[in-house]
Amino acid sequence: MGATIPASGVSVPEGTTPALTSPASHIQVFRLARYQLRDYLLSRRFILMLGIVAVLGVILTSVIGYYRPASLLGTSDNFYNQIWAGAVTVVIVFAGVIFGGDAIAGEFQNKTGYFLMGLPVKRATVYSGKYVAAFVSSFVALVAFAAILLGNAAFYFGTGAFTVAFLESFLLAVVYLLALLGATFLFSSMFKTSTYAVLVVAVMFIFGFSIVQALVAGLIKIEPWFIISYASPVIGYPFDATIPAHMVTVTSMGPRGHTTSFTSYNPTYAEGVVIMLGYFLVTAILGLLLFEREEFT
Amino acid sequence: MGGHSIETRHLTKQFGKFVALDALDLRIEGSKCVGFLGPNGAGKTTTLKMLTDMLFPSSGECFLDGISVQKDRKRALEACGVLIESPEIYPSLTPRQALEMVADLRNVPVAEQKIRIPAVLEEVKMSDWADKKVGKFSKGMKQRVNIAAALVHDPPILLLDEPATGLDPRGMAEVRDIVRGLKKRNRLVFMSSHILPEVTDVCDEVALINHGKLLFYDTLDNVTAKFSHGQISVDVNFVHPLSDADVAAKVASLPGIVRVEQLDPRRLRLYTPGGPEEEAKILRGLISAGLDVVSFQESKSALEEVYLSQISRGD
Ligand SMILES: Nc1ncnc2c1ncn2[C@@H]1O[C@H](COP(=O)(O)OP(=O)(O)O)[C@@H](O)[C@H]1O
Ligand SMILES: [Mg+2]
Repeated sequence: MGATIPASGVSVPEGTTPALTSPASHIQVFRLARYQLRDYLLSRRFILMLGIVAVLGVILTSVIGYYRPASLLGTSDNFYNQIWAGAVTVVIVFAGVIFGGDAIAGEFQNKTGYFLMGLPVKRATVYSGKYVAAFVSSFVALVAFAAILLGNAAFYFGTGAFTVAFLESFLLAVVYLLALLGATFLFSSMFKTSTYAVLVVAVMFIFGFSIVQALVAGLIKIEPWFIISYASPVIGYPFDATIPAHMVTVTSMGPRGHTTSFTSYNPTYAEGVVIMLGYFLVTAILGLLLFEREEFT
Repeated sequence: MGGHSIETRHLTKQFGKFVALDALDLRIEGSKCVGFLGPNGAGKTTTLKMLTDMLFPSSGECFLDGISVQKDRKRALEACGVLIESPEIYPSLTPRQALEMVADLRNVPVAEQKIRIPAVLEEVKMSDWADKKVGKFSKGMKQRVNIAAALVHDPPILLLDEPATGLDPRGMAEVRDIVRGLKKRNRLVFMSSHILPEVTDVCDEVALINHGKLLFYDTLDNVTAKFSHGQISVDVNFVHPLSDADVAAKVASLPGIVRVEQLDPRRLRLYTPGGPEEEAKILRGLISAGLDVVSFQESKSALEEVYLSQISRGD
């Protein structure tokens, strides 16, 4: 490096150049997230995510517009409960897989981690910065989806579409997103190959949790409070006049006089929120601990 | 002296039962360039990765400017520019954005970034590509950006793991120029390499490792003086083929020649205890014996002789 390049800082004697003090870690988290976000927003994965939102939006809009089911178009609460509350969890799961699935594993596989690890940053900063970027990207997709549904609702209900219940439900969806991304990041930091990480995250969130949830409730007959997807119906609760009963047991008479009983559970409102926040906290802590111990071999 | 330092204390790394680095004690300080030499698999990258907290030592500890890397990676790496294992850059970013990221995370003031970033991009000859996405770059181009990233905050300490990897010959020469420039500005450079001419060219000191063990660490001059007690070999090409009789009478008999090896009819390898004066005397002797010499050159550099003899001893 010739003398053509101005040395950093004020005129300090050569060779005694003081090291630059790095910014506080929380500032680094947001600076890192900013560049990570720039990478996400310009990448194909973001276009893919918006594409999924658009496809879902087009299908919902045209099906509702064509059939105009009366049950749906009675009140905006009804509309949101049946359309938004279910579909938004799909959007959130896709966002989790697309932005979270390879977030950590990709740093190893693509060797971008070696670029970051040469910098004066804590491992937790890298993890958190990536989390913030994935969260913001997913949030943008969530807002886009909410806007499509609000637009539809406004078409049928006018200003009656903009309800406090919807805002409440949206916030619950954001909490669910926090939790789900936390869990995908944890899965992602268990792998050093992106494909495995994405595959495992996708399978777990699309089938895994609901199968386990059904098994736990149906066979072991306990409340599956430790399964993240169990909490997701809470997103629809703001639209319910009465929240579903916590435990429903259906007993039926079998062929030879056997009785079989089937119990299903619904989370209470508070329980649902606690499960989601709990998932966020526990997975964040576990993921950070795991990443703290990972080597860049 | 700049007072900057790189230190490893009893640094050991095991992968399962395999010892990749065995109790390395190394202390480097001041402002100079130290070449970290060793054959493939010797443990160079392993060492540099522990110096930057990418790998965790099985035992031992590393210090940069006296700060423990294992206890406080963030503070320890503030003084360093690091390039290890040709990393990848987020493909959607441009070199300028990638360098801005590094500079932001390192707290380089924005006003200074405006000067430094174009300057280092120019230094690595990437100015024309500053605003193109990194994703489509060739390996060599990415490596240039990586070098720029290690320099952007003008660090007093540089840890470089085979920085010339993936570069074309001109790129390699440019890396040497960059390192020489750093030396002029009193930086402390620790650079792994298996390219001997590169090390001879730019390094003041060499540390040689093999099989995870440090063989020596000394100045280049001391190393060649201490270990080349054997012989220097010189390859000589002639215009006309030489007969055995010619070789015996006109070459082997010259003072200072220990042994002669005929590589092909027009080409001899002469062994001499060495020294530039001795070599000059031999060349004069060949010419006065009436032989038409086309070229006369040491077949291996002094460092190469040392390197080969030391490495083979360990095997
Ligand atoms: N993650 C790993 N697992 C097992 N062995 C490894 C790992 N990383 C490196 N090694 C081994 O450690 C030795 C030193 O490797 P390395 O430091 O990369 O050598 P160098 O950089 O000097 O060529 C090699 O034998 C290599 O195979
Ligand atoms: Mg190596």
